Amino acid sequence: MCSLDLFRAPLPEGEVTLYEYNNELVPGASYESPPPSFQAQCIDLPVLMLPKEILKAPGRLEHSSKDAFIYYQETVWKRCINAWREVGLSGLLDEIAKSEDEVPTWLKRGSCCALTVCRWLSSFHSSLFPHLSMKSEDMIAEFSQAVDWTGCSLRAFAWHPHTSKFAVALLDDSIRVYNVNSTTIPTLKHRLQKNVAAMAWKPLCASLLTVACQSCILVWHVDPTSLSTRPSSGCAQVLSHPGHSPITSLAWSPAGEMLLSASPVDTSMLVWDVSTENCVPLQRVGGGGVTYLAWSPDGSKVLAATPSGVFRVWEAQMWTCERWPTLKGRCQTGCWSSDGSRLLFAVHGESLIYSLSFTEHDGELQGQVGGAKTATVLADLSETTFETENGVVRIGGEIHSMTWDPSGQRLAVIIKGDPTVERSRTVLAVFRTRNSPVFELLPCGFIQGEKGSEPQLMSFHPCFQKGALLTVCWSTGRITHVPFYFVNSHYPRFSPSYSPTMAGSRVYSSNVPELFSEN
Amino acid sequence: MSLLRHEHWVLRKVLSWRVAASVVCSVFLLPVCTAVFILLTRIDIVHPVQWISDAFSDLYTSYTVFCMLLMSVVLVIISIFNCEFYTVVPSIPCSRLALIGKVIHPQRVIHSLVHAIMGMLVAWCAAVITKGQYQFLAVPCSVKQSSNGLSSQTCLNEYHLFLLLAGAFMGYTYSLWYFINNMNYLAFPAIQQYKYLRFRRSLSPLIKHSCVESLYLVRNFFVAYYFLGYIPRAWISTTMNLQRDSKVQPLDTLRTLLDLSLFYHTWLCGVLLLITWYITWVLFKIYATEAYVFPIQTSFAEETDRCLPKVLSSSPPPVVKYLALQDLMLLSKYSNSRRQEVFSLSQPGGHPNNWTAVSRECLTLLNNLTCTLVAHQEAAAPNGRVAHASSSGESKPSSSNLVCLLGTSFRDDLTCQTQRSNLIPKTSAPSLIKLSSSMQNLGSPFSSPVVNQTATMLDPNASWFGSVQSPQVMRRGPKLWTTGEDLQVKGIECSSYTPELIVSIKKPGPPSAAFIWLQHRQEQIKNFLAKRALIMYLFNKHPEASSQAVFADSQTHIWALEGLSHLVAASFNEDRFGVVQTTLPSILCTLLTLQEAVEKHFKLPHASSKPPRISGSLVDTSYKTLRFALRASLKTAIYRITTMFGEHLNAVQVSVEHQKRLRQFLEFKE
Repeated sequence: MCSLDLFRAPLPEGEVTLYEYNNELVPGASYESPPPSFQAQCIDLPVLMLPKEILKAPGRLEHSSKDAFIYYQETVWKRCINAWREVGLSGLLDEIAKSEDEVPTWLKRGSCCALTVCRWLSSFHSSLFPHLSMKSEDMIAEFSQAVDWTGCSLRAFAWHPHTSKFAVALLDDSIRVYNVNSTTIPTLKHRLQKNVAAMAWKPLCASLLTVACQSCILVWHVDPTSLSTRPSSGCAQVLSHPGHSPITSLAWSPAGEMLLSASPVDTSMLVWDVSTENCVPLQRVGGGGVTYLAWSPDGSKVLAATPSGVFRVWEAQMWTCERWPTLKGRCQTGCWSSDGSRLLFAVHGESLIYSLSFTEHDGELQGQVGGAKTATVLADLSETTFETENGVVRIGGEIHSMTWDPSGQRLAVIIKGDPTVERSRTVLAVFRTRNSPVFELLPCGFIQGEKGSEPQLMSFHPCFQKGALLTVCWSTGRITHVPFYFVNSHYPRFSPSYSPTMAGSRVYSSNVPELFSEN
Repeated sequence: MSLLRHEHWVLRKVLSWRVAASVVCSVFLLPVCTAVFILLTRIDIVHPVQWISDAFSDLYTSYTVFCMLLMSVVLVIISIFNCEFYTVVPSIPCSRLALIGKVIHPQRVIHSLVHAIMGMLVAWCAAVITKGQYQFLAVPCSVKQSSNGLSSQTCLNEYHLFLLLAGAFMGYTYSLWYFINNMNYLAFPAIQQYKYLRFRRSLSPLIKHSCVESLYLVRNFFVAYYFLGYIPRAWISTTMNLQRDSKVQPLDTLRTLLDLSLFYHTWLCGVLLLITWYITWVLFKIYATEAYVFPIQTSFAEETDRCLPKVLSSSPPPVVKYLALQDLMLLSKYSNSRRQEVFSLSQPGGHPNNWTAVSRECLTLLNNLTCTLVAHQEAAAPNGRVAHASSSGESKPSSSNLVCLLGTSFRDDLTCQTQRSNLIPKTSAPSLIKLSSSMQNLGSPFSSPVVNQTATMLDPNASWFGSVQSPQVMRRGPKLWTTGEDLQVKGIECSSYTPELIVSIKKPGPPSAAFIWLQHRQEQIKNFLAKRALIMYLFNKHPEASSQAVFADSQTHIWALEGLSHLVAASFNEDRFGVVQTTLPSILCTLLTLQEAVEKHFKLPHASSKPPRISGSLVDTSYKTLRFALRASLKTAIYRITTMFGEHLNAVQVSVEHQKRLRQFLEFKE
């Protein structure tokens, strides 16, 4: 079992991790002035800074424009009709109960009783599933993969699966699309694009970006050849389904045929055919909703986490599922190996990485998920203290999110610090992994950002040929790219375009205390 | 259309059993529905225990059992109608006249009448089960009539009659909705699921839909009875010699109609009718559209007709073709071992017969679609443009005519369609489509003059074509060319399996004077009729509908695209003999040409570019959005091939124009 003790101590404050080379993480002073040997030209990706201050505050915080108008008392029946239309039965009862002497007393008393029964029932329901009593934004913040969804300027991040193009959702409900090959940066805004929790690009398509918003799913057609920086909202399709909001997770099938969407309040996840806007609900009652979805890269299985201590693994041909009760808490995050044979997951409130292996999927195994009987613990990331130049640093705690790079050789994990403990911080740890012939998990190191920044989101580039490329969104609003150079088993035609002997050593010597000093 | 009369082995051995199973299932569900119905008719909140025990004791009475038997017979008859009338290609009426014609077609009138009678039977059962004042048509009169003082005097029970008529009304309306909403259209499911789960998923919308629809039907029937109720009442009472009870008020007055109990029981009767019938319909759909696994190849000679390539190429009935294509799509996506069988070589001889037949059929389908689209675009172009284009514009190889075809005779389809559209420039779209589809049945008399002018560019390095010539191709060839062309054309036909690029250049000779005169007349008649408002109202085409009609059977094209692209992508790793490589140029060519045609279709002024909002109801309207699904899956299919092959595609022989398009796909710029 792997633990944080095996890691090298984190870098002193003020230094940042630039890249990995020859199995060592190479530090540097800052992103702007990389050391001369830095192979940044090989990746050529924009390092962005999108701090909170430059973003315009969202225009209206209120959902209705009620405040802008002068108060006018309508008759009670008219108000009742309006309340019925807007809120439904509970609104109607509420309106009658609140009215003073416009309605007969028996009616008022009756509606008061009915309202009490309603509230009692709903409180009973939400005592079974506590998340149902949350406000919509809180729910998104709770179940989002971003560490600090409410406070940070970056809310969601998505790489295009085939090209060097990514989309960033910002605090002001806009989305920016950065493309390496073009200088135009389209900014996407829409009336319904509020509180973005997740984004996903359609595989096998150049332009389709799906956005999980508070009330619906928006499907943007971002034409890569267009020069416009503000695509009109006519470029967006709206997918909505009653009872299916807020949406916290989206997953495209790797073959690009269907989209799955999940909402913590809806017990069914929806399978969308985006082109025709039709959906098929897949319902399983237990769990009270679906919070997080992850489709295995080979397209055969889907992980669906629920807000209670249960998660499911669906098999994506006949759509049957295996149910996994996790006892301790809900499944917080999960990721698949590239061949879909191994699932790593973490449980909310725990600092363990679990692993579940699945039998080879060959299409003959119709309607069976084929999971192992028990999950095994792979790593224990509980709190560990490190002695550094700046004193003691406490690292470790519960796991917030995990991603596995497409080649299956690096695993990045965001470990949340404990806010009650001093000097404990949120860190991004990277492991080396190997899936065959036997599974291995070895420590690689911590990825450190600038001073005062904590990791917020992360994502691996889906087709980086020289190893793996991890993109990290920091809480300061910076987006950086950390390449890991190694021979990628996915792309065996790897040919180093630079001399391997000179690169690592020189940079390394400038930062690490020298082993052999002259004096 | 019929399922029972057909001789195809899939219909006989597979579908008939499935239909039987669906009937058995719906009959088994009938007692449950009846029990719930009995519970609801005797609803009594004040005495719940008595209510439930009474209801359950009523379930075993001879009346109820007889009614259930009768309703089972009704369900069997409904199922027979379901499988007589089902279709996999929806019929989309392009004008109001077509819609009316659709409803008053004699077969459908019979359907409606039978459904009305069945509705009446169900209502009779419901009335008998309900008991109370609804149970019998003839009841003893409450007061003895003065004229003849016999005690056996019977009077008409109008409540019973009311329920019977309501049942007939509902049955008739069900039948009307059945055709207007295309409920006979068998939509294949988007994702595969087990039958029980599919049924469970559709159960709650089914119940909701039935309750709501029954409410509307009852409302309409009340109105109808208020105005017309006296006619059937008088008729029944005279024919059956029943007298009117002078003490009981007639039902067609406002005061008697505003009876809550009557309303409730009529509504419940409607719900029972609709739920049992919809369950039958849903089960039929679920069973009929379940995936069927065809073998790819077999070692037994007598079973060769059952193999997927044979089934695909034997022009089976539509539903069999749909099942076969669905199976092709599923195997290409999920089954490694079955893909291996498709890529395998035949044992003596070493020909890739399976792959040849499968790819051929798919490409034929897609090329057909391209031709239909081109024809539709020609017809839909603004008036005058077509005539102009025919005289001058089309002499150069315009891209819409630059159709690369795999072998067979689409070029004469295409050319005769375009030629036909020259003759009748303002033909309405549906008629033209009908025409083109009839020409796909081959042997069209219009093809001769143009084919000679068809310039063909054979692929220069096509030395391999002889070796992959499959028996199917050879057999199909002469059948496709029934018009008897000259030998040169036959020569082209025989080399049919080359990826050839055919540029059809048309220079139609000057039209004869008779044609011009005819055209003129037609124009005059049209202008005359166009001024009459009613005729315009009836004949006016709905542009959206004509676009829907072009893509009516696009589910096959979507499956062909998915199956083909998954197979080609899998061949990158799994195809050991390189059988796919030989057809790769023609596949790419077909896909790109189709893409061009589809994009052009979406640029037509009247076709909306976004799918319409679909209200989540029981009735499947997926046929209305098939063209969007086709466009998306076409693009995905091309991307699937380009991302899998990557830069290797540069080595594939395609035309310069298509190479340019492919480059765009490789760079993700489409």
